[in-house]
Amino acid sequence: MNAIWAIIGRDVRLGFAGGGGASQTLIFFGLTLVLFALAVGPDQQALASISGPVIWTSVLLAKFLSLDRVFQSDFEDGSLDLIVQRTPTLGVLVIAKATAHWLTTSALLIVFSPIAAILLNLSSDRYIALALSLAVGTPALSLIGTIGAALTFPMRRASALTTILVGPLYAPSLIFGVAATASGQPNDILFSPAILFLGASSLMALVVAPLAGGMALRLNMN
Amino acid sequence: MGETIVQSSQHHVTLSIKDLCGGRSNTLAFSNVNLEIKSGEVVVLRGANGAGKTTLLRTLAGLTRAVSGHVDIKGKANTPLTASDSALFAGHLDGLKSGLSAKENAVFWSKLYGVDNFENRIISAFAELGLSDYTDRPASTLSAGQRRRLGLARLLIVDRPLWLLDEPTASMDAEASQKVCEIIERHCVSGGLVVIATHDKLDIPSARIVSLSSQ
Repeated sequence: MNAIWAIIGRDVRLGFAGGGGASQTLIFFGLTLVLFALAVGPDQQALASISGPVIWTSVLLAKFLSLDRVFQSDFEDGSLDLIVQRTPTLGVLVIAKATAHWLTTSALLIVFSPIAAILLNLSSDRYIALALSLAVGTPALSLIGTIGAALTFPMRRASALTTILVGPLYAPSLIFGVAATASGQPNDILFSPAILFLGASSLMALVVAPLAGGMALRLNMN
Repeated sequence: MGETIVQSSQHHVTLSIKDLCGGRSNTLAFSNVNLEIKSGEVVVLRGANGAGKTTLLRTLAGLTRAVSGHVDIKGKANTPLTASDSALFAGHLDGLKSGLSAKENAVFWSKLYGVDNFENRIISAFAELGLSDYTDRPASTLSAGQRRRLGLARLLIVDRPLWLLDEPTASMDAEASQKVCEIIERHCVSGGLVVIATHDKLDIPSARIVSLSSQ
């Protein structure tokens, strides 16, 4: 298990280092929100009505940005060989990589989600629902994205292909994430159908990603 | 290069390769390789480009699946060993993260391979390979030869009996190449086993040459 913690620790450190994926994800997320806000104009009601969908879509787009680097940078500098040799199974490596990806992208976006909510005039009683839906739903995005990254890492400029592969699989998380944010009932939000579905998606991805991602890695390592 | 010598433990390992065939992307790179390598031996794989030297090393390291045949690694009293726990693979890429310093890279390897008391081993390995002045330098600022030496410092930091080295002296000057040969010979004296794929001439008189032919 030490090897797994070492991989997660290193990836998080590299993610938050200067020019790492974390800052790019955050800047891209912020930029997308600002552009949406500018496009809608001064109509506060219109902005508030689309704020949930816009924030969730921006999260998805921001996560696409860093997916191709999950395995590709390790492949290009040779450290993937060292990592693969030392991890018990490739499935465990997929979970470790997805965890590091979540910590350097989604965790940051969840922390900054209240600012995004203020920027887009989201009703204040929906802040908790937004943060909770992101916390419960985004692990599925990192896990599914890691499968796509495992499939495409030997290819140059694989970003577009990775997005095409995993984009449709993000649709359920997007739909129920927006629904959970829209429900906005702080008292029973934890057990709302949308949150439960997001949780189920993340748990299902936790089962599928090690199998599919591990097979993709093995295929590409050969 | 420094005078410091990194002490490795006494090893005993044998590598038995039987009718091994392997390749990448459905293309056979080598076939019917049979080798018995005993503790203390150095085997140098020679062959033209595409003869399958790197693929053979990757197969021995467990990174690429063999098409057919067997690889058996055994320790003391013929105890079966896995490549993961007994072999150290140093490919033609150095496995360095440009965003980390030389020492941070070494600390990561130490944690990845579960090395205890790695601080002293890192200091000694860097001193032996002439990297002491570059400890805190980002790997991205090191020259190709320095990066190669840093990649090979992993051999001294992580104590494994079986070394699988792909072009270990590429980009190195004569002095650094000689140092690498000394380290390899010392590892074999302590019972280690080294398989090297290279086109360079190595100053290791005891090395056994094995030629691979193109498929």
